[in-house]
Amino acid sequence: MSEAVSIEKPARRVPVFLFAFVLAVVGALIALLAYGVRQRSAPPLAAGLAPEFALTTFDGQRITLSELRGKAVVVNFWASWCIPCRDEAPALERAWEQYRERGLVVVGVDYVDTELEAKKFIAEFHETYPNGPDVGTHIAQAYHISGVPETYFIGRDGKLLSGTDAQGRANGNWIGPVTEEVLTARIQQMLAQ
Amino acid sequence: MKRHHRMLLIGLVVLGAALLVALFFVTAPPAIAPSSTPSPSGNLDDETMRVAKNLYCPVCPGVPLDVCETQACQQWRALIREKIGKGETEEQIDQYFVEQYGERVLGAPRPQGFNLTIYILPVLAMVAGAGILYAAARHRTRARISPLSPTPKSEYLERIEQELKQTE
Repeated sequence: MSEAVSIEKPARRVPVFLFAFVLAVVGALIALLAYGVRQRSAPPLAAGLAPEFALTTFDGQRITLSELRGKAVVVNFWASWCIPCRDEAPALERAWEQYRERGLVVVGVDYVDTELEAKKFIAEFHETYPNGPDVGTHIAQAYHISGVPETYFIGRDGKLLSGTDAQGRANGNWIGPVTEEVLTARIQQMLAQ
Repeated sequence: MKRHHRMLLIGLVVLGAALLVALFFVTAPPAIAPSSTPSPSGNLDDETMRVAKNLYCPVCPGVPLDVCETQACQQWRALIREKIGKGETEEQIDQYFVEQYGERVLGAPRPQGFNLTIYILPVLAMVAGAGILYAAARHRTRARISPLSPTPKSEYLERIEQELKQTE
């Protein structure tokens, strides 16, 4: 005697492409998050090719880092509201005056500041080297600055000065107010390249 | 109401909620408040503080500009005051701050361009999550029902039955 067999329709499986899609979205989100965290926590640049930037100075002159290739470049991040920036300002101006004929360029990058106060600061310290605002903080982000003042030393080859000093600090940057002694030592190293 | 119907209903409620959230973010006013021209009779300092309240200090994250006491914030408030005095709208002032100091001066990123992903992705994730939950619940329900159903006989069993019949 044959019995009629009713076959229950098997449970429909979730399509593989849906799982793949969800996995891809979750993966992309995690990658995005990791990238953001890494960018934020990245230390200030200390070696390698210095990131390209364009700066329009307070007196309207446009400067790009690539145009300065072949010269030693000191890029100083500062702000008028930054107290330690006042300590280093005279040394930067003196270095510029002393070494400009030998191929040094000092570039002041004014970080999140007001134009009025920045110009007052420049006038107060009689700064004559090119100085301009970091509009949109793009330059600061490219160099991963952790605050102001910070100074970067870029050799004639467009790379951050390599090696370390006697205290084991990278020659490519200086975090905090830069002293005349440090400026002189690193500028001479760059000019000797 | 059958179980899978209930699940479907729950799924639809979640989906509806997700869509409502999405609609809220898409239609909500952008972080930059709508343009408003200060009234000539309005107090300039009050107006300055009102505009400053919606902006954040670019160097001390999370601190609104109206309560920040650093020298930098004082300079920015003076700048806002100056711009209001020149007749600039709040929108123009906010725009200037974003251009100069980046979007971090806003309370939330503007819902435009790549920033849209911040608003859309969580909603998409919610919808996808609800869909997966629903599919999983449905799959589990079916799986629970299937063992109770009669199982199809295999060819082997049918042949044994036939052979048994023949021997009888």
